[in-house]
Amino acid sequence: MTALDTTAVEPDARPATGLSATLKHARHVVTGNPITGFSFTLFILLVVCALFGPFLVPYDPLATNTAVALKPPSLHHLMGTDQLGRDLLSRVIVATRLDMAVAVFSVALVFVLGGISGIAAGYFGGWTDRLVGRLSDTIMAFPLFVLAMGIVAALGNTVTNIIIATTIINYPLYVRIARAEANVRRNAGFVQAARLSGNGEIRILLTQILPIILPIMMVQMSLTMGYAILNAAGLSFIGLGVRPPTPEWGIMVAEGAAFIVSGEWWIALFPGLALMLAVFCFNLLGDGLRDIVDPQRRT
Amino acid sequence: MRSIVLKRLATAIPSLVGVIVISFLLTRVLPGDTASYFAGPAATPQAIAEVRKQLGLDKSLPEQFARYVVDLAHGDLGNSLTTGQPVVTEIANRLPASGELTLLGLLFALGIAVPLGILAAIREGSWIDHLCRVIVTTGVSLPVFFTGLLLVYLFYFRLGWSPAPLGRLDVFYSAPPQVTGFYLIDSLIARDFETFRAALAQLILPAATLAIFSLAPLSRITRGSMLAVMGSDFVRTARASGLTPKTVILTYAFRNAMLPVITTLGMVFSFLLGANVLVEKVFAWPGIGSYAVEALIASDYAPVQGFVLAMAILYVALNLMIDLLYGVIDPRVRLEA
Repeated sequence: MTALDTTAVEPDARPATGLSATLKHARHVVTGNPITGFSFTLFILLVVCALFGPFLVPYDPLATNTAVALKPPSLHHLMGTDQLGRDLLSRVIVATRLDMAVAVFSVALVFVLGGISGIAAGYFGGWTDRLVGRLSDTIMAFPLFVLAMGIVAALGNTVTNIIIATTIINYPLYVRIARAEANVRRNAGFVQAARLSGNGEIRILLTQILPIILPIMMVQMSLTMGYAILNAAGLSFIGLGVRPPTPEWGIMVAEGAAFIVSGEWWIALFPGLALMLAVFCFNLLGDGLRDIVDPQRRT
Repeated sequence: MRSIVLKRLATAIPSLVGVIVISFLLTRVLPGDTASYFAGPAATPQAIAEVRKQLGLDKSLPEQFARYVVDLAHGDLGNSLTTGQPVVTEIANRLPASGELTLLGLLFALGIAVPLGILAAIREGSWIDHLCRVIVTTGVSLPVFFTGLLLVYLFYFRLGWSPAPLGRLDVFYSAPPQVTGFYLIDSLIARDFETFRAALAQLILPAATLAIFSLAPLSRITRGSMLAVMGSDFVRTARASGLTPKTVILTYAFRNAMLPVITTLGMVFSFLLGANVLVEKVFAWPGIGSYAVEALIASDYAPVQGFVLAMAILYVALNLMIDLLYGVIDPRVRLEA
C-alpha cells in the first residue's frame, strides 16, 4: 500500500512502462503484505522443485533399498524412508512436478474454456447464455468431487483424465465470474464507443472486454490452483489416476496411511505437509492478488 | 405454503433430468467397449455378448436412454460384479452409515463455526477474530484425508483415547436392532447405552475430520454476513431504542445473518459429500463412499455409476430442503412466491 501512496504524491511521476512497470508492480505485490510475500517465496520454491526437482534430490525416488526400510527421519534421510526403503525427501520433491502439472494444465484449460464461454454468455445473452448456464447448472447439480470420480472412472484411470475431470468441475465457477463481469460491461460507454466506430462484436470481446476481465480471472486461477491440487490428490488418494510407484503426494499419503496406526507417521506426514503447503501457498497468493486487483471483495 | 413447495419441486426437475442424462452419458463415453467394461476384466467373449444384450447396447442411443430411464424408475441400477448384489440394495444398506457420519460432522461444524463467526464479527479485530481467520485459511488448505490421518495418529496411536479406526463398531459389540440405521439413535431406542458409547467413540474422529473441513466456509460466511447485518440500519435502530446487546445480536442480527449461511450450506454439502468418500477410506467406514472406492479399484462400474447417481439425487434433494428451510426462516421469500 505504501508504495502506491508514494508514487501518487510524487509530482512528476510518470507511469512507468514495459519491464520496469511489471517489476515495480511485482515488488509492490510482494512487499505490500508480508503474508503475500511469504506465499510468493513458497511459490518460487514450488516452481524450482517442479522444474529442477529430479536434479536436486539426494536419492533416486524410485530406488528401493530394503536394508533401510521404514526408518524415521535422520541425517541421511531427512524425511525418513518408506516401506521399500525409498527416500521420502526425494520422492516428495520429485512429486512436485506431477502435482503442479496436473493443477496448471487443468486450471489453464478451464481458464480458456470457462472464460471464453462465460464472456460470450454474459456479452451476447440469449441462447448462448441459456446454453452455457444450463451446462454449468447441470455440473453444479453434482457434488463436485463425486462427479470427478465418476468422470475418471468412465473415461479411464489416467492422469490426463484427472486433468479433464478437474477442468469440468471447475468450469461453472469460471463461467459465473466471467459471465457476471462481461454482463455488466456489455453496454458500457467504452463498449458502445467501440461498437459505434465500427468494431465487430468478436473484436470488441477480445480487445475491450477481455483485457478488463483478465485480472479478476487471474485471481480466480490462483485460488482454484489450490483446489485443483487438492482435488487431484484426493483422486489419487483413493487410487485413481497415478499408479505406484510414481511419486505423487496423494498416493504417497495413501501409502503411508496403512502405517499411521502402527506409528510410522513420517511416510504420510511429509507428502501431506507438502500438499498442504502448496494449497496454502496458492490460496494466500490468490487472496493477496485479490486485495490488489479487487479491493472491495477484501475480507 | 404448499404451492411454494410444489413450485420449488418443479424447479428441481431440470437438475434431476440433467443428472440422469449426465450419468447415462458417463456410461456411454467409456473408451473401448462398454459391455466388456461392465462384464469385468476376466470375462469371456460369450459373457461380453451376454452383457451387451442385457444392457441393450445393441440398440440405438435414444432406445438405450429410454431403457435406462425405465430401469431407473424401477430402482434398477444393475448388479455389482464383485458381490453379485443389486447396487440399489447395497447403497440403501450403506447409506445410513454415511448419513450418520456426514450429519454428525455437519452438526459439529455448525456448533463451532456459527458461534465462532458471530464472536469474530461482534469483536472485530480481537484475538477471536484472528483465530477465525487462521481457521478459515488453514481449513481450506488441509486435505481432508490428511487431517483424518493426523487425528488417527494423535488420538489413537499417541494418546490411545480413540478406538482403532476400523468401521462403525468395535468387534466386541453387535449392531443395535435397526430402526433408523443410525447406530446412535438405534442404540438409544434399544436403551443400550454401552453400544451407544462405543458407536460414538468410533464416530467422533471421522466426524471431527469432516467438521474441520467444513468449518472454514461456514465460519467465513457467518462472520461476513454477521458483520454486514451488524452495520445495517435496523440494528442501529434497535440499539438506539435501548435494547440490550443480547437481544440485538441474537434476536435481530442473528436471524438475518443466518440466511447467507443457509445458502452456503448447499455448497458445504457438495464438499461434504465428496470429502465423505475420502474420510470413509481413511476410517474404513462401511458407507457408500468406501463402497464406490472398492468398486473403482475392482473396475466394477455399475456400483460407481449408481453411487454417482445416488449422490447427485441426494444433493438435489438437499438443495431443495435448504431452499424450503430458507422460506421458513425468511418470511419475505414466502411473500414473493
